[in-house]
Amino acid sequence: MTLPLLLVALPLALAAVAFAVSSERVRPWLVPAGGAAHLALTLAVLAAPARPAPGAWLQLDGVGRLVLALVSVLFFLCALYTPGYLAQRPGHSNRTFCACLLAFLSMASLIVASHHLGLMWVALEASTLTSAPLLYFNRNPRSLEATWKYLLLGSVGIALALLGTFFLAYAALKVGLAPSLLFEDLVRDAPRLSPPWLHAAFVVLFVGYGTKMGLAPMHTWKPDAYGEAPGLVGTLLAGVATNCAFLAIVRFFQICSAAGEADFARPLLVAMGLASMIVAGIFMVRQRDYKRMLAYSSVEHMGILVLGLGLGGAAVFGAMLHLVNNGLAKGALFLSAGNIHRAFGSKSTDEVSGALRVVPASATLFLLGFLAATGSPPFGPFVSELTILVAALEAGRWGVAAAFLLVLLVVFVGMGATVLAVVQGTPPARRAAGAEAARPLGGEGWQTVVPVAAFIVLVTLMGTWIPGPVRDLVIEAARLVEMRP
Amino acid sequence: MNALVDPILVLIMLLNFFVLATSRVRAVITASAAQGLLLGALPVLVQPHPGVVPVLMALGTMAVKAAVIPWMLLRALREAAIRREVEPLVGYIPSLFLCALGTALALLFARTLPLAAAHSASLIIPGAFATVLTGFLVLTTRRKALTQVAGYLILENGIFIMGLLLVEAMPLLVEIGVLLDLLVGIFVMGIIINHINREFSSLDTSHLSSLRE
Repeated sequence: MTLPLLLVALPLALAAVAFAVSSERVRPWLVPAGGAAHLALTLAVLAAPARPAPGAWLQLDGVGRLVLALVSVLFFLCALYTPGYLAQRPGHSNRTFCACLLAFLSMASLIVASHHLGLMWVALEASTLTSAPLLYFNRNPRSLEATWKYLLLGSVGIALALLGTFFLAYAALKVGLAPSLLFEDLVRDAPRLSPPWLHAAFVVLFVGYGTKMGLAPMHTWKPDAYGEAPGLVGTLLAGVATNCAFLAIVRFFQICSAAGEADFARPLLVAMGLASMIVAGIFMVRQRDYKRMLAYSSVEHMGILVLGLGLGGAAVFGAMLHLVNNGLAKGALFLSAGNIHRAFGSKSTDEVSGALRVVPASATLFLLGFLAATGSPPFGPFVSELTILVAALEAGRWGVAAAFLLVLLVVFVGMGATVLAVVQGTPPARRAAGAEAARPLGGEGWQTVVPVAAFIVLVTLMGTWIPGPVRDLVIEAARLVEMRP
Repeated sequence: MNALVDPILVLIMLLNFFVLATSRVRAVITASAAQGLLLGALPVLVQPHPGVVPVLMALGTMAVKAAVIPWMLLRALREAAIRREVEPLVGYIPSLFLCALGTALALLFARTLPLAAAHSASLIIPGAFATVLTGFLVLTTRRKALTQVAGYLILENGIFIMGLLLVEAMPLLVEIGVLLDLLVGIFVMGIIINHINREFSSLDTSHLSSLRE
């Protein structure tokens, strides 16, 4: 069995095992086991040089290898967090939760490895379906509402993307080529594809997968979903699901580039990227719900990714680097926010303050995660955001650069006010018994702190000394995205 | 192209109007199922010499879209004990008008598109656009969760019609994957609907409005 197939099959098999196991205490440990096995397979993939396999549906090229590395590391650290988290939620059956986590990993690997755009679509829809039960883990009316919006909006967005995929195949049929959805075929035939259908395909796909990615103005599901999801699920959505949707957009951008139509796609990407950043910035100012704040931060960073892609040149390198940095920073933020949420039983700054005294480790990591996510040195996002900014200036895009800087500043101030309100001050007096809304569920333990600290270490590493193999991965991915020989 | 294709597409477009005109949720579900039944036959009809596999795939599509999914939705409807849509955001007559406008525009727009010669006179593209628009209209203007799911199905039906032009590009495995995703998707939505019903004693999605800025 080939390695890419194994990356998909192994977590799926473990998901079935998790569903069959009857012990509530044994089952959570299957998740870290699956994460570790997936990480080992990923390292085996990365150790071997990328070999193109013409005609194969599953293969890992430079872009796929980069996203796979991020997905695997993110999932592994989240998986380490899982048993400790579930131990604090004894009342809930974790059967569906553990099975869906592993199935989600399998589908994410399928998206990353897929070189058939139809198969990629199937995997993206399946990843939405496997993550919906994860959102609904808390089983209250609010999470029900969030899950419904996530499921319906996500499905409609992905349905649109299928329409766009059909348009792309029709672009080949129109000029008399045999229609195919294999990525290599499309790239090879790209210069001959019918331009109007190619343009229509890109627009519809960008809106469709952009909904899944959470770009403004199709981001409305995101604050609800991330706000109500457990922190661990928030990490997977913000770090894995959104990046997989971004990868799908990158695939279609590659086809546009190969067709010599990159100049059609670029203004769209830049406009949508800036719009997402601005909308996110507006909603992050005076945001009292610190988990919704993280959702808007995700909207902002998805905007940065498509902006970098749209600017081209060195900014694409910046965007690929930012994909990794943002994923790692989001891991630290969502998991530590989850710890704080459980310690206080509330996610509003009206009821949460003085986290540094109640859960000192998590609050410190939350603060560091905030600094990382807003692009402060010495963390990774500083480097990638600076790369994109410099590229914008070098290209003479002064307006874009100014807007970019302004939004980063607004976000820093807005997010900073909320984060400081959470970590500083004195803890509120414990509420009278029976106050359902503000009931603490547990403190922090090593199992729920060590993975967060690992995220911070990694994101610091990415900002100070990027390991050689990672740098090579990013360079190779950026080269492939722009279809440079 | 078979002579039956265009009449079937006309029927599907008429069903679009029916969906928007009725207030009974059961009728909306039944209409989307009827669309599924008609659609299922089309992939066989558009091919000059269909083999055994396309026929089996068509039967599978019909079974899922016209039997399994409607059965799941109708069961959810019985459990919820609702009959009618209440106060859609856009009334029945205006939505009929919008649907007529959309269908007319789809017919006009399809003429201006650069189509391959074999498809220029077919109703496939206008049919696909009109059905996708209807799906969107139902999704955005109706309040009952079940009606919204039916709207999603109609949207998916429209995209399926577009796919008829590309039968050769979609390998069987991917077609099965798409169908399976749809089935599992409706199944998960059904579970969520069941929980919405138990939590709020209603399927009205206007109850789902506590999350906002």
